[in-house]
Amino acid sequence: MAEAYIGGTGMTPFGAFPDRTGRELFAEAGLAAIEDAGLTPESVDEVFYGNFIGTLSENQGHQGPLAAEALGTTAPSRRVESACASSGLAIRDAVRAVRTGDVDVVVAGGMERMSNMGTARATDGLARAADDLFEVRAGVTFPAAYALLARAYFDAFGGDRTDLAHIAVKNHDNALVNDHAHLQREITVDDVLEAPEIAAPFGLYDACPISDGAAAVVLVSPSYAAEHGLDSGVAITGSGHGGDTMALQDRRSLSKTPATRDAAEKAYDDAGIDPTDVGLAEVHDCFTIAEVLALEGLGLYRYGEAIGAARRGETRRGGTLPVNLSGGLKAKGHPVGATGAAQVVAVRTLLEGTHPRSDAVGDDVTVGLAHNAGGTVASATVHVLEVMP
Amino acid sequence: MTDARDGSYDEFIDALESGDGYYYECSNGHGTLPPRRVCPHCGDRELETVALPATGEVATYTTVAVPTPQFEDDAPYVTAIATFGPVRLTGIIPDTSGENVAIGQDVTAAVEPTETTDERTITFRR
Ligand SMILES: [Zn+2]
Repeated sequence: MAEAYIGGTGMTPFGAFPDRTGRELFAEAGLAAIEDAGLTPESVDEVFYGNFIGTLSENQGHQGPLAAEALGTTAPSRRVESACASSGLAIRDAVRAVRTGDVDVVVAGGMERMSNMGTARATDGLARAADDLFEVRAGVTFPAAYALLARAYFDAFGGDRTDLAHIAVKNHDNALVNDHAHLQREITVDDVLEAPEIAAPFGLYDACPISDGAAAVVLVSPSYAAEHGLDSGVAITGSGHGGDTMALQDRRSLSKTPATRDAAEKAYDDAGIDPTDVGLAEVHDCFTIAEVLALEGLGLYRYGEAIGAARRGETRRGGTLPVNLSGGLKAKGHPVGATGAAQVVAVRTLLEGTHPRSDAVGDDVTVGLAHNAGGTVASATVHVLEVMP
Repeated sequence: MTDARDGSYDEFIDALESGDGYYYECSNGHGTLPPRRVCPHCGDRELETVALPATGEVATYTTVAVPTPQFEDDAPYVTAIATFGPVRLTGIIPDTSGENVAIGQDVTAAVEPTETTDERTITFRR
């Protein structure tokens, strides 16, 4: 398949910015991406905008046109909603649009503004990524849903809270140099184990923070890239999307996430690579267990074996497969609708050598992966990024 | 919002509340709960109504300390997924802490009001 070249990327710092409007946040990220590509808004053919909770947090429907005009264009636009995978899916839709030859330059990204809701309303809003009738009405919050998966995983494969704590410690450590990260604070395994409980077996430090922010990527077609000298750097060479039942109770397994497996297989096949070619990964670690489920679903670890990866040092800096060098959702932050795009921004800059953690990327690494999950992985997207020769 | 009911979901809750719980079984043996027109696993349209087994088994559980506003006065509470034959239900195990719950434990399903809003919720009793 034809590549979708990454012309430029941009993102806001992630953090708690309750007073910044969504349109302003997306303008900052999107305009930075357009500028990074050396383009102007007139070149943009279409806008793909990921957002989950804006109908609740900003009382705003029909957000596509707002996102486009924030970038200085009335180009056709759409909001893409797939819970926490909203902008992963926006990027996938954009990749497919570019590949059809129908458009040459698109902006794909996302934004979330959540901290203005306060913790109780944000908890309620995030729970809307679960099944209202069968899960939310039985008291399932977003952390609780992943806690249900964590306990089922421990029961099926073993592992414990200390294994999970090493994942939180690793991702916090990775974020220390990342000025765009929400949490730049070193933590210890004991800090994680002693933190107040939110949904057993999770304490506060097993969870990502409630963040605001935006991220955007400019994608260009191969022909446009060649004509305008943008055909170097990094391209998206593989894209995949997987689905599953909405409610955990309808899943065949409570310790595996087949939507990730399906998305990964499609993306590897699309890019013509094997999991062993992947040199770094940004995976969806909204909760510590989610990184484990992701690595196994992606085929980067066998089922039951990723639980000890951070503890053994394999996924840390200098390990065999560095995971979430950006800090991940855990420490970089998780403005839900911006996360998938921010992962692509991170992988692109890590591969190009412009990310603050690029020094942890080996010279031989030319393939990176971004994995974005919606809800309890009822949807998942995987993108393969490669340094082009 | 009006007090409109959620169709066959509320009919299912009514039945479970009066001790007559049921599930749908497709011709391939998959279990599922209403509202459904087809099996979510295989698309089969032949959904037979079958009585819910009296006893289920806890498949996984969590103790929720930070609830949504609708469960503010209920917290902390235990929410579990329990397996009843070919279907699973999600519900609250009332009046207990997580220490007294274990995967594999037998439970029966009921419907009880929540403390915070008095809304009906599926519960599991040990
Ligand atoms: Zn079936």
